[in-house]
Amino acid sequence: MTQAEFLNIVMPFKDKVFRLAKRLLVSKEEAEDATQEILIKLWRNKQKIQDYKNVEAFSMTMTKNFCLDRLKSKQAQNLKIVHSNYQDHNVSLQKQIELNDSVDWVSKIMEELPEQQKIIIQLRDIEQYEYSEISKVLDMNETAIRVSLSRARKTLREKLTKTHNYGVR
Amino acid sequence: MVLDNIDKLLEKYDNGETTLQEEQQLKNYFSKETVAPHLEVYKPMFVYFLQTKKERFTKTIPLQSKKTYTLYKWISVAAIAILMFAVYTQVGNQPVGLSDLSQDEFMAYNQTVEAFNLLASKFNKGTESMDALTLMSASIEKGTENVSYLGEFSNTTNKIFKN
Repeated sequence: MTQAEFLNIVMPFKDKVFRLAKRLLVSKEEAEDATQEILIKLWRNKQKIQDYKNVEAFSMTMTKNFCLDRLKSKQAQNLKIVHSNYQDHNVSLQKQIELNDSVDWVSKIMEELPEQQKIIIQLRDIEQYEYSEISKVLDMNETAIRVSLSRARKTLREKLTKTHNYGVR
Repeated sequence: MVLDNIDKLLEKYDNGETTLQEEQQLKNYFSKETVAPHLEVYKPMFVYFLQTKKERFTKTIPLQSKKTYTLYKWISVAAIAILMFAVYTQVGNQPVGLSDLSQDEFMAYNQTVEAFNLLASKFNKGTESMDALTLMSASIEKGTENVSYLGEFSNTTNKIFKN
């Protein structure tokens, strides 16, 4: 397999790998390193790539495992928390700033979720995967995924309602 | 009407029962400038989902080819093969038996054998003279045996004196 062919396979989902890594590792640099690591691993095993039915699902599983390992390892102790999702505040509308502020809140609240729920929210609400695809990535049955997802969404909403009300009062 | 629909969708959404299309509807609704006040809470969530999806992996992918490694591997294999061959040919060149020797070499061989034989005969003479030494050591052993008799004798005399 040539480099170009490999890149053709990998390009469509490299951002998804990166976003999942960032969801779990929080730090942008860590997520970039993890993504590179995973792409290099894929490249090394490029002979086997044709045998996988779903390279994307396989890569997402790899990413999940890699990041969870990373979190467990000692190196994770010096993880930096870097938010890169600050926006330009060119539009100096109060409303705009408030909204951005609460959008930041969402990411903070997401960080508090258990790993499993983080991954599911990431795959479903951000990457818009079908339940069947998520079940392939996580090796879980769809009902369990739905339950976990619903729990995560409710937690998110509850916490957001709290902060929202706090802001109002 | 639309709002009613959104409310229903949100309930389904919270229970994890919405399809991807329905979720897209929700996202479209919440990305609008204004939403119903009681749904304000949801807005940042959906905005966040949409924003996050725009994040891109910007670093380059380092795909170094493995050619250099394989080259080194083959060089080492070749080196070992050459070494083995050299050792094998060197060992193979050594003459194996007397029949392989030329006339001169055979002469030299015979001469050395003679010289060694001479040396050996001298050594044999030496060992013969050593035989005398062994004879002597035998008589010394006899002497020590006699001394032990003496010891026994002294034991008995001691016993007698005690009595």
